[in-house]
Amino acid sequence: MARSFNAAVQIKGCLSLHLPQKNQGNGMSTVKRLRKGLDIKIVGKANPIVEQVQQARTFALKPGDFIGLSPIPKLLIQEGAKVMAGDPVFFDKARPEIVYTAPSSGELIEIRRGEKRAITDLIFLADAELRFREFPRQDPASMDRVSVIERLMDSGAWSLIRQRPFNIVANPADEPKAIHVSGFDSAPLAPDYNVILQGKKEVFQQGLEVLRKLSSGKVHLNLSARERPVDALNEAQNVQINWFDGPHPAGNVGIQIHHIDPINKDDKVWYVKPQDVVTLGILFQEGRYDPERIVAVAGPEVLRPHYYRTRLGASVEPLLSNNIRRENVRIISGNVLTGQRIDAEGHLGFYDDLITVIEEGDQPELLGWLIPAYPRPSASGTYPIITNDVPEEGYVVNSSMHGEERAFVMSGQYEKVLPMDIYPVHLLKAILSRNFELMEGLGIYEVDTEDLALCEFVCTSKIDVQDILREGLEFVRSQS
Amino acid sequence: MDPIKPIRDAISKPLWEQIEKLEPHLSNKPDPETRELPRFHWMHSTFDAFKTFLFVPPHTTQSGAHIRDGIDLKRTMFLVIISMVPALLHGILNVGHMHYVSQGEYLGLLEGFWLKLGFGLLQVLPIIVVAYGAGLAVEFAFAQFRGHPVNEGYLVSGMLIPLIMPPDIPLWMVAVSSIFAVIIGKEAFGGTGMNILNVALTARVFLFFAYPLAISGDEVWIAGMADGYSGATPNAILAKVGLSGNLMIPTTDTVYSTVTQTWGHYTGWDAFLGFIPGSIGEMSKPAILLGGLFLIVTGIGSWRIMASMIIGALITGVLFNLANAGLNLNSPFLGVPPHFHLIIGSLLFATVFMATDPVTATQTQMGKYIYGFLIGVTGMIVRVLNPAFPEGWMLAILFMNVFAPLIDYFILQSNIKRRLARG
Repeated sequence: MARSFNAAVQIKGCLSLHLPQKNQGNGMSTVKRLRKGLDIKIVGKANPIVEQVQQARTFALKPGDFIGLSPIPKLLIQEGAKVMAGDPVFFDKARPEIVYTAPSSGELIEIRRGEKRAITDLIFLADAELRFREFPRQDPASMDRVSVIERLMDSGAWSLIRQRPFNIVANPADEPKAIHVSGFDSAPLAPDYNVILQGKKEVFQQGLEVLRKLSSGKVHLNLSARERPVDALNEAQNVQINWFDGPHPAGNVGIQIHHIDPINKDDKVWYVKPQDVVTLGILFQEGRYDPERIVAVAGPEVLRPHYYRTRLGASVEPLLSNNIRRENVRIISGNVLTGQRIDAEGHLGFYDDLITVIEEGDQPELLGWLIPAYPRPSASGTYPIITNDVPEEGYVVNSSMHGEERAFVMSGQYEKVLPMDIYPVHLLKAILSRNFELMEGLGIYEVDTEDLALCEFVCTSKIDVQDILREGLEFVRSQS
Repeated sequence: MDPIKPIRDAISKPLWEQIEKLEPHLSNKPDPETRELPRFHWMHSTFDAFKTFLFVPPHTTQSGAHIRDGIDLKRTMFLVIISMVPALLHGILNVGHMHYVSQGEYLGLLEGFWLKLGFGLLQVLPIIVVAYGAGLAVEFAFAQFRGHPVNEGYLVSGMLIPLIMPPDIPLWMVAVSSIFAVIIGKEAFGGTGMNILNVALTARVFLFFAYPLAISGDEVWIAGMADGYSGATPNAILAKVGLSGNLMIPTTDTVYSTVTQTWGHYTGWDAFLGFIPGSIGEMSKPAILLGGLFLIVTGIGSWRIMASMIIGALITGVLFNLANAGLNLNSPFLGVPPHFHLIIGSLLFATVFMATDPVTATQTQMGKYIYGFLIGVTGMIVRVLNPAFPEGWMLAILFMNVFAPLIDYFILQSNIKRRLARG
């Protein structure tokens, strides 16, 4: 299964451990070494080339991207209305203070609805020329906390800030005990922020200054000790830099929080993704809500796995046209472990900076459980090298379940891929039995679905770990 | 690389098409138009079991992670069976070997090799067939009755049961005990994954208490044993001379000569290599070690349980030695050097294949150390101190099966306390 691929990119990052230097930012630098986890090698990692493609014809806001949002948010504009980037579009009736705004300028052309009239997509026709709502340019350092929050709320950039536990948009009335930014993504085929943040040092720092205003606690910037980060990250000022070395999920902010300053009951911790930090910086530096995104398009079925310049919520059509190897594929906004399925005309998820394309695994496989027809990744030792020869560049994965769902039988599997002091199987069982106290006791506040995504991957019994955990998190949130 | 690509290319598509054609007649869902269940709906689970045996179904991920590990329960269970094959093969040969040795014929191992193999096969294969047949029948019936898919768990239990039976066991007893184990030991709790007791050991413990004569004593461990021959196992001999016996104490330097005196026909090497009377699959230590290694390498068996159980048994053995010497008890069984405990009886088999059952063992990694260790200790106490039971592992493991949730409970509590203390 030889596929054209730039092998040099794949090896990058595995070589030479970048040793952190002392006295970066303020505070001490430490390296947290995580041994548990799993790096799944998949063909088609994006080459570090940022390609320019034509502007997307449409963009979308998908209420489903915001966890915990009521299914029918209150729309502030009607079909046919024209918006500028930063104009309010809808709010959640349960939390009316948080307004969600348009990421680009255009005309609302379609309100797509799903089951029970839930709004699934608000589709906008993009303007040829982007128009922005104007905000005053101001140095966040000279502003007080209240006016910084006001600006963020007003522009809609607030929705970029999320809270743990529950992974919902942060509550402006809270003051978090800390704010975390994970400067690397360890998920399979994840984009490399060293590519994305190239040349964005100043505006990234500005974004960090915004975050510094939001909490009297620390702003943590968590970096990978496996390679030298780009200057924007490596030379960030006024933040606590923490170094992590380990396989996925070491890049997950939930894992990092657990090792730096774990979430206890009633704690609130906020986090922001690196590109969103840039957006916050631009908002104050240039006075506009301008969520440009550099997105990696990756996966075995992508012809040109590159980085592409696009915008939050933009249609993926220009990124994927003439760029997919075959018909029967699954397009995922996000990574293969946690992403959302979209179609070829679909739109980039609100918090995503990766499009993964894999083959659908919808073919029956004769005696496949015994003699695999093609190599496949497995955390178990049950695939001998001989029958499962891994191509140098990784596996060509597909969406097959590789088996059927069963009751829990094996034990100790989940623990091997979860670098946390948490018993995942027992937590899931507590959720299934709706035992609120046990869920709290076993640390449900510290995890989110992405942290347990690898558990779902390795599960012999094919249990829907993320669904169960999401149910549990929603249950706990509704109770508290 | 696909080792069976030509076969796959040739039969995969037509075979799947045939199965697809059968599907509507065997579905367990009502016909959308007539709203009637198809005629053979009561066969659905059985059909599904065979279908999914032949083909990994074309199910794709619908939520959560889009890609999944290549492992599933079928593969897992099949590999456990593979790990038992060396022990089974040795068992077949040994059943024949012991039979002819008891007759005073073909005393050398390789003499009459094919005869021995043939005799062993005739003796062992029916037991396997009956254990699988009886157990799977119940399993399929329950799956059908409850509308579940058939779980692969019994594929392992059905192989374990013959391996822990004496070679001369009447087939109807195999059937009765397998059925008992599946119904009471497993299905009553909700099927594979829900059971509290090890299924194979439930079958054996049922036999042990319901038909003790068939599974204890000196007569049953050699198939078709000649009259007058002593078929006592080393354990039985030690148990008989017992705690108060006045035989010479085996010490490490004189152990072989002592062993030949006290263990009847068998040397330590016989015990290690497994050419002694005993349960079918439990005798050959190299074969069991091979299986254990395979389970550890594939990550299916817990090395934590295996290691801690051996350590528990060895430490208890040392303590017995010390007590024996210190209190001048002069007991041969207490005085057996600890490492000798590893090669007699079923300790090793129990360690590798029984204690490691993931469903009935502790679920936490820390708990596995405790669980294994306590089995090691308890099993040695039953084996050595209780003359009513020459072997202790079956009872020790079932006993600790019951306590496994309690061990996990304490470990979870300490996790919860740690979390509270932090807050």
